[in-house]
Amino acid sequence: MAKKFVGERVPRVEDQRLITGRSQYVDDIVRPRMVYAAIVRSIYAHARLKGINVEAARRAPGVIAVFTGEDVREAIGPVPVASRLPDLKIPRHPVLAVEKVRYVGEPVAVVVAEDRYQARDAVDLIEVEYEPLEAVVDPERAIAEGAPILHEEFGTNVAFVWQLSGGDIERAFRDAEVVVSQRMVNQRVIPVAMEPRGVVAEYHPGEGQLTVWTSTQIPHLLRTQLAAMLGLAENRVRVIAPEVGGGFGSKLNVYAEEALVGYLAMRLGRPVKWIETRRENFLSTIHGRGQIAEVEAAVKRDGTVLGLRYKIIQDVGAYHQFFTPGVPTLTGLMAVGPYKIPHVHFEVTGVFTNKIATDAYRGAGRPEATYMLERMMDRIARELGLDPAEVRMRNFPQPDEFPFPTASGLAYDSGNYSQALRRALELVGYEKLRREQQVLRQQGRYLGIGISTYVEICAIGPSPALPFGGWESATVRVEPTGKVTVLSGASPHGQGQETSFAQIVADELGVDLSDVRVIHGDTAIVQYGIGTFGSRATAVGGTAVYGAVQKVKEKATRLAAHLLGEENVANVAFEAGQFFLKDRPERRLTFQEVALAAYLAKSLPSGMEPGLEASYFFEPSNFTFPFGAHIAVVEVDPETGEVHFRRYVAVDDCGRVINPMLVDGQVHGGIVQALGQALLEEAVYDENGQLLTGELTDYAIPKATDVPWLETDRTETPSPVNPLGVKGVGEAGTIAATPAIVNAVVDALAPLGIRHLDMPLRPEKVWRAIRGA
Amino acid sequence: MTRTTIEVTINGMRYRHEVEPRLLLVHYIRDVVGLTGTHIGCETSLCGACTVLLNGAAVKSCTLFAVQADGAEITTIEGLGEAGQLHPIQEGFWMKHGLQCGYCTPGMILAAYQLLQRYPDPTEAQIRHGIEGNLCRCTGYQHIIEAIRYAAEKLRSQKV
Repeated sequence: MAKKFVGERVPRVEDQRLITGRSQYVDDIVRPRMVYAAIVRSIYAHARLKGINVEAARRAPGVIAVFTGEDVREAIGPVPVASRLPDLKIPRHPVLAVEKVRYVGEPVAVVVAEDRYQARDAVDLIEVEYEPLEAVVDPERAIAEGAPILHEEFGTNVAFVWQLSGGDIERAFRDAEVVVSQRMVNQRVIPVAMEPRGVVAEYHPGEGQLTVWTSTQIPHLLRTQLAAMLGLAENRVRVIAPEVGGGFGSKLNVYAEEALVGYLAMRLGRPVKWIETRRENFLSTIHGRGQIAEVEAAVKRDGTVLGLRYKIIQDVGAYHQFFTPGVPTLTGLMAVGPYKIPHVHFEVTGVFTNKIATDAYRGAGRPEATYMLERMMDRIARELGLDPAEVRMRNFPQPDEFPFPTASGLAYDSGNYSQALRRALELVGYEKLRREQQVLRQQGRYLGIGISTYVEICAIGPSPALPFGGWESATVRVEPTGKVTVLSGASPHGQGQETSFAQIVADELGVDLSDVRVIHGDTAIVQYGIGTFGSRATAVGGTAVYGAVQKVKEKATRLAAHLLGEENVANVAFEAGQFFLKDRPERRLTFQEVALAAYLAKSLPSGMEPGLEASYFFEPSNFTFPFGAHIAVVEVDPETGEVHFRRYVAVDDCGRVINPMLVDGQVHGGIVQALGQALLEEAVYDENGQLLTGELTDYAIPKATDVPWLETDRTETPSPVNPLGVKGVGEAGTIAATPAIVNAVVDALAPLGIRHLDMPLRPEKVWRAIRGA
Repeated sequence: MTRTTIEVTINGMRYRHEVEPRLLLVHYIRDVVGLTGTHIGCETSLCGACTVLLNGAAVKSCTLFAVQADGAEITTIEGLGEAGQLHPIQEGFWMKHGLQCGYCTPGMILAAYQLLQRYPDPTEAQIRHGIEGNLCRCTGYQHIIEAIRYAAEKLRSQKV
């Protein structure tokens, strides 16, 4: 019997190169005659460009060329936005600013020099003459009367208004016994992948091909866009995502520098490298979140939620990036969360501000939805004097109601929400904790218990839901020796699909894990694919691998029947890497023998092509909807405002699990990013649009000492959407944990009459709230 | 710019180069010597991705000049172990899934190396404190802690 890999804690096959320092990230790539680019960026948030003097820079040691926006405006197309909404205002977004700059960090000019120090030296020699304009930083101010306009051609800073309605919201509020409302700010946060962005581009004039190595989550989509921006045929652009040092959505984009560096390589006839500094990463790689919300809930006294009304302002930033307008629509789709809430109205106004664009950051719109709703569930419980766990239980759909149609128009695939919450309550010892809380309150101590029950929308997604395809591709290629090469259109960057895909294939073909090699991230090798984001790589990309391997098995079985002299293919079984006749099991062939026969092609069934490989493009029929319950237990120190974790319990249901160790890792990482937003992180701009948190000194991502031990558990409800039953888990922690932590802190401070605090809950803010209570 | 000659031993190999005085040690290791396992995450000594061992102590090579390392012995991730002959810390990171994207990993492993020299049997709090200067955005640190515990146990059993 062959070893089974799916479901096992298999150590990752990609790790050897990573733990020994032999992997290759963009900055590790060196090409002959390579030169270095450095970018001059706007120091003003809003200004007219009056002139750029590049003469001193041109004469500086080692400098090869300098280009400004005027130099490249004809040659390079604008930075694209993929998402579309009705009446969406799309400003032209040049790769280097022309006439005006609209955020601090906007690229203004580029220097190319023989080495990276010379390039950076020359940046300082470029004199840009600005005429500063008043900046608009606060999105609420941006839509107020008399605000300066970023893009004059529109006459407004409103980029879009998007609405979603389900049921009859007016009726919900007519029938309400109580209305609970809350204003909430979901602050801008900064992704901070540990590897900054970077690009190496090389032009091969003999072939007319441009090769671009870039730290991206979407090599194929990027190739299509770069070809358009640079006026090249798509099959003359090769995009390679080498080792990618974290993305979290921030590399799910098409950036100005990717086209610019490609252009420089063609123009100068030398390979060009550009590596983002951390400061540039803070200023000019997309940010996440940035929503101001007014939420109203129509409820009954027993805790039943009848309807929700959302009015949201989305901080867009100065220009759209690839998915910018699409992100808050995901907030709208998830506006009723895991609850049976029949009436909903959601309206979001996207607003231009003098800041880098917001776009998809781990969770992309869904953490915002879950945060608002889970804060509201706690507010409702408080208002009605009910237990927050009980209010949630009362509003869950029951397991037999799936597929569950929501007021926002989705059909949740499968779920058992109360089971996950019950498990989390048991694990944390909820009843006992509530009693202890009472005792501690008598002693003037502030213990808080925060619950978050969530559902997320994953496996993004069916093609009609995306601006491009929502499928994923795979090729399974059995080599003549029976080794198996998998080409995946997904582009994992740390999630571990080289292992989980190999687990799927090894089990299906009865080969060893080490016989399978997964290749991804090179458009010259891998068939067109979509990429890795939206918790889709395993649920969509893994299913594509599974589909391709079924086709391979089917062909191999027909060939085996032929080689075994059996006319009835149904009489051939394939188990543990061996084909045999069901009625004469001694007549058998190994998988390797069949593979070799397919390539030697001496004897094939009539009409069968030689070779043994298959491609499969999997189009999901629906999203998947992972869910779960997280509980944070904290104690707040009233003297300092510090939040100390006592427990953190997470029960997640991501459907069938391919590799529990990888799933745990995704959950841990997600929770800690959420903890960062809840307690530490915030992109702070001053009134002039200067980013005050523009370095790791000022922008605090969680350190090991900020994080509690995470107790994880799972329920397993397979998805009916794909044959693997998997749902996706990459974003669950980030979606679930933020409100759990904030709910815990607010719960701790409940005796002081505090009903809500906006994130991040840094000690100073908590301390001031306690003092002010 | 005037250049200075330095001699450095990296992973047991002697190197002699003329360098600009302002060249950062991390750029020397990566661009001049060509060992790219040491990564750059911030250039401000805050993230720890560039951590190497300098005369046995974990240092952030982005905030040292190459000339300051003249005469020093340096160990980078490439010198710790290789596939088939992993150092117990590397093995711990592999077995316990102590990495995802891998970018912080070399620095994290070398920070763990120093930590385990100071505390052969570290508590969870000692581990968290010991890697506090190394940021990871992927793992949430929990599997890193388990990896370091695995390594501690293995190193202790090797000594006996």
